[in-house]
Amino acid sequence: MSATPLRNEDFRSYPPEAQVLVARNLTLFQQLPRAFLMLLLREIIAYDWKFPAERDEIERQLRYLGSLKTQELANALSPFAKIELSPELEQAEWISNPSHFSERFSAHLWATHQIDGFSEAAENYIAAFNSAVPEKAALASRLGLVVIGREMGESSYPLFRKLRSHGTYFTAVDRSSDYKVLLDVVADRAHRYPVPYAHWCIYGADAAAPQSKQVASVSYFSLSSVRGDLIRKMQGSSASHLGPEAMRTRLAETDPAAVGMSGQNVDAVLSHFSVSVLSEGAGTQIYSTTFVQWTAREALRRARPLTLLAKFAPRQTEESADEELQGIQKKPAFDSQGSLIDADMGAYYTWINLQRLSGAEDSAFLAWFEGHNEALAISRSLAAGKECRDKVSLAEVLHRMQSTT
Amino acid sequence: MSGLNNRAGGSMKSVGLSRFAEQGSPRDIEGAISCSRRDFLRGISGGVAAAALSAFSPLRAMTVGKNQKAVVVTFGGGTRDEETFMPDGRENIPHLLKDFIPQGTIFTQVVNRGILGHYVATASLVTGVYETFNNFAAVSPDNPTVFEYFRKQLHRPASDAWVVAPSNGFGLIGESSHASHGPGLGAGVILPKRLLAAAVPANETAGYEQLLRDNYESPVYAPVLAVSDEQLHQMAQLLRVSVADFSAHARSLRSPDELSVYVAKQLMQQLAPSLLWITLHDIDVAHAGTYSLYIDAIQRSDRLCSEIWNAIEKEPEYAGKTTMFILPDFGRDSDTSAGGNGFQHHRTGDAYSRTTWMIVKGPGVRENLIVDRPVESTDLVPTLGALFGFSPNFSHGRALPEVL
Repeated sequence: MSATPLRNEDFRSYPPEAQVLVARNLTLFQQLPRAFLMLLLREIIAYDWKFPAERDEIERQLRYLGSLKTQELANALSPFAKIELSPELEQAEWISNPSHFSERFSAHLWATHQIDGFSEAAENYIAAFNSAVPEKAALASRLGLVVIGREMGESSYPLFRKLRSHGTYFTAVDRSSDYKVLLDVVADRAHRYPVPYAHWCIYGADAAAPQSKQVASVSYFSLSSVRGDLIRKMQGSSASHLGPEAMRTRLAETDPAAVGMSGQNVDAVLSHFSVSVLSEGAGTQIYSTTFVQWTAREALRRARPLTLLAKFAPRQTEESADEELQGIQKKPAFDSQGSLIDADMGAYYTWINLQRLSGAEDSAFLAWFEGHNEALAISRSLAAGKECRDKVSLAEVLHRMQSTT
Repeated sequence: MSGLNNRAGGSMKSVGLSRFAEQGSPRDIEGAISCSRRDFLRGISGGVAAAALSAFSPLRAMTVGKNQKAVVVTFGGGTRDEETFMPDGRENIPHLLKDFIPQGTIFTQVVNRGILGHYVATASLVTGVYETFNNFAAVSPDNPTVFEYFRKQLHRPASDAWVVAPSNGFGLIGESSHASHGPGLGAGVILPKRLLAAAVPANETAGYEQLLRDNYESPVYAPVLAVSDEQLHQMAQLLRVSVADFSAHARSLRSPDELSVYVAKQLMQQLAPSLLWITLHDIDVAHAGTYSLYIDAIQRSDRLCSEIWNAIEKEPEYAGKTTMFILPDFGRDSDTSAGGNGFQHHRTGDAYSRTTWMIVKGPGVRENLIVDRPVESTDLVPTLGALFGFSPNFSHGRALPEVL
């Protein structure tokens, strides 16, 4: 696969800041193999709505690539240059819609058994650029808080089973502990470290968030009308028998303004994020537990926050979701038992995703079953694999974690 | 697909997350997965490792004949070790552990090196070749299917090979587009959902929604009502069940897989096909990101496997002469694969999503045997060929001597 001649006018459909970025790096882009550049453009085309951490990562990549001499650049990207494209892909439009092209490219990689080599090349490249131009150290140690809402009810399900070996399992937490304790922690950290999109509250229902511009707040409930619009879009695609791939592409192309998320008071970056969670995440449109888990994952991956609070609420039953998808639902029915299991796994995945970020060894994590006796805390100051039967309040658990919060 | 954004900034090894991260290459990890599964199975069943056997006696060679039957059950929408053959998963597969492992042979390292999409992967299983067509395209496999080899070489009638498949997209799985085989030589394909959609008037689907759900990667229900009234009644006659009874029975079921097994049992009673392929699919609900529903589906699949075996034992046409194969089409992404989201999808192509298992049970199959050498999912067709006595010339796999 050879490099392609590029001109500034090829990128006219890109948003303003992305166009500036392209113009500044056009000479570099002309030296990049298409398989690589297409993926880079997939990120750049959305540059205007990227979080600061994502912008920093794109710019670090460009600095890294720009620092390499011609032969070094060719060597670094040679695995991408060796990827063979089909004649159809060679002819396909890729600059104006790199996401659509990348879907077809992905299918091609699988069909031609090039996917493993490509994945390895991508991993090696990421490691190389991170090593050459490292991410700045986080302003503070990161904190993840997961709350399983009290509505889930009593259950014999063994909570936090996958997390127990990594932290201390508290089994006698005061049931009357107030959720507000956690909101205060988020508000306090947002005040101490006032960085855009560094503090998040994600809810599976509707819930009070700290009143702070420094806290990005997203809830399943507040996005009901957007979910409804997207479900109708899915129904339209289905009626047209477009097929799952075309449906995914159509959903991913959803503009926030088209689903009522526009206006002067709307945070464009956050609204693009919210729409992407609902349009690109499977199941996020119909199950609140999936919404919370995926939103937390995407917020951690993309925004790299210092603080993240995710609160799970009961999701609807499978039958109820079917009714919603068909547009015949009158009133949702909830599955509190299943939701508890989903939330437990969601807590585990949120911790895993927190561990993927820089400074993971200094991070702290708490999972708490609201209104019940159980919590699981992971921090440098707490022993791993230990059960603690002390009668403690939630505030006391936080206090014991405090050396890293 | 892997992107160029940094998804793995933190050190996974430092917190002991990646169970097999220290194993290195994907093939090393596949081996480690197998060892882990083998050790677990030995712990619960005292199974014997195949490597301990110096040779295999040709048990099967003495029993091959016209009476041989085979039922293949695939867990479409693969399962992971975490929820099956690891300690925490044990509670989800009581029937496999109690009724199948001690009485059968398990291959602990079945690797799928093809495309990890359910239709194309099932096509690869039935052809013994890694098919490369678009997973969502309505096309026949490119290479001859096991059903075509079976019918053409053994001169079997159309009624002797059937597929019961869950998704409307599987309608062409029964026969290939290959010039030397193809039309007229394949298996009959029953899509119970399509039958049900045709049997129930469009304005009376309330109560059937959970059975009509089709593709979990695209959750909106999109029935393809391509079954005419005539075809519906022909099928009803074939299965010896009235349309009204079929609809009424369906209403009592919880899931599409229960409907598939109901139809499969009717087929076994009425036509007794020698080669019956049942693709379960409920597990793929994992794509919705709901772990509890995924677990429910694994437990249901485990129970349905036991029901199918009970049907085999109960039906005189099958009892004592049927070999049952159970295998997921592939696995699902690992919890620690940065490009995925754990159990939800199978998009990374990591070793966990490629490595799975297969259980074989039936007369002549060694009991309580654990085979941990690597085999491939394409080896199933040549194994069926050796079992029945046909040659799958185009298959790329190799027959598995441990169950022959």
